[in-house]
Amino acid sequence: MPDLVHHLLANLLQAAFLVFFSPLVSGVLARIEEMLQGKHGPSIFQPYRDIAKLFTKEELISEDSSWVFRFAPRIQFVMPIFVVLLVPALTAYPLFFAFMGDMVAAGFFLALGGFFVALAAMDTGNVYGPVGASRTRMVGFLSEPVFIMVFFSVSYIANSTIPYAVNAAFSASWASSLEPAHLLVLVAFFMLILAENDRIPVDNAAGKTEIAMIGHSKNLEYSGPGAALMKWGGSMKLMLLAIIFLNVLLTPWGLATTMAWSNIFLAIPLVLAKILVFLVVLATVEMSLAKLRLFRISEFLATAFVICVFAMSVRLVGLS
Amino acid sequence: MSPHALELARAFDGFFAALFVLAGLGVIVARQMRGTLYLFMSHALMLSASAVVLAVALHSTHLAWVALITFSTKVVAVPLVLVWATGAKVYGRREVDHVLSVPLSLLIAAGLAFAAWIVSQPLVHAIPARPFAAINLPTGLIAIFFGAFTVAVRREGVAQLMGLLIMESGAFFASISIVHDLTIIAEIAAAVDVPIAALVIGLLLRSIGAVTGSTRVGHMATLHERR
Repeated sequence: MPDLVHHLLANLLQAAFLVFFSPLVSGVLARIEEMLQGKHGPSIFQPYRDIAKLFTKEELISEDSSWVFRFAPRIQFVMPIFVVLLVPALTAYPLFFAFMGDMVAAGFFLALGGFFVALAAMDTGNVYGPVGASRTRMVGFLSEPVFIMVFFSVSYIANSTIPYAVNAAFSASWASSLEPAHLLVLVAFFMLILAENDRIPVDNAAGKTEIAMIGHSKNLEYSGPGAALMKWGGSMKLMLLAIIFLNVLLTPWGLATTMAWSNIFLAIPLVLAKILVFLVVLATVEMSLAKLRLFRISEFLATAFVICVFAMSVRLVGLS
Repeated sequence: MSPHALELARAFDGFFAALFVLAGLGVIVARQMRGTLYLFMSHALMLSASAVVLAVALHSTHLAWVALITFSTKVVAVPLVLVWATGAKVYGRREVDHVLSVPLSLLIAAGLAFAAWIVSQPLVHAIPARPFAAINLPTGLIAIFFGAFTVAVRREGVAQLMGLLIMESGAFFASISIVHDLTIIAEIAAAVDVPIAALVIGLLLRSIGAVTGSTRVGHMATLHERR
């Protein structure tokens, strides 16, 4: 098989990996959190059932809404798939689309999805939608400098912003993982994952009170296939950020290093195992923290920002 | 020691130094008293870990003792003594009124860290024979600055005590990279002082709490003037 076709197929497999396993990741996280609270919790396959059920339901759309409302779920669903084509999800070697965009482009794609979802939330007559949208923009406005600082710090450490190149730089020597600047970036990026995925302490994913919601109130107006795509897209975003955190920054091992298909398929359980460990840590962190008041979120993200500044400073002065 | 092994030891030491700085940063901003105590314990744990790395890398028995004594006093004894002396109730409290806001405190902390690095550089260059001084000396100085800053900006007595103890840990973090053969007697004497200081200040905080109904010592000056 020519290299080009192989790389293209492997790229498509990465996208399929994200699409099919992301509801499982959300289901496992929900189950772990319930177990940590001493409850039994729903099945880990519940998100699949929810999504399947929503696809069979009728979609009700407000007469006052515009095309933005109908379009946003598609954007929310598609953007993580674009991003996974740029990052090392299963293979350590660059695939067909690897050099089409760097980490800044990945951040742009994810932000674009968030932008359309926020617009859609303001497009309806639901009072909670605009509240959620403005809150999400506030969190986004505070987290974007951190995102940029993380990219700068990583590019400074690994001398590249291409995710595959960063993966190669970090996996070349495990001692490089111990560098202070690297560790500080990891902490900041983990805090960013909590903020970007509406997890505690920024937002409560299991919260049912609309007035306290941040990210989740944007989806209240959706029903049927639109709600299914929003839910699926949210799961994909969580899994994608976990893949970037694990495969690019924290544990750049366990990926296929050769072009043999057996190697690529073997990477699937290995990456899922890494994600499982990550989910346990994520759930433990969430369970041990309380949700912050809205105006304390700036402190949480300011901490992440200062940690990034530390990482840059440490690298700048050569303390590694 | 081979250059490769030394490089690896420096990598581990740098890793623990970064966690040491992070824990110190956490003590500055953590609001929950129990969280502050846990962060202080993590801070001391990183000091012990760095001492273990240096003990192995430099084949120094004294530094191994430093690690053991630091762990047993600061990670185990001090928290137990403090909780016993001040009463467990204090650790359920939150400090709701920092002197400075958290983002501003963090920015100042970042500036202090940079200042500490600049101040330590002439010392680092003066002792080129100490391979870990380039990491431990600035890191220790950062912790000293962070501790002083914590004392200045926190109002809860427990948090202020943590600031003092962090300054002490910072001094140790720096000194273990310079002096490898401190006598055990001096080390034990210094280490025993810390739980005793924690006991005395803990009992004082308990008395303050019993009299005033609060351990927010930052407000005590105002209270005195009103009388």
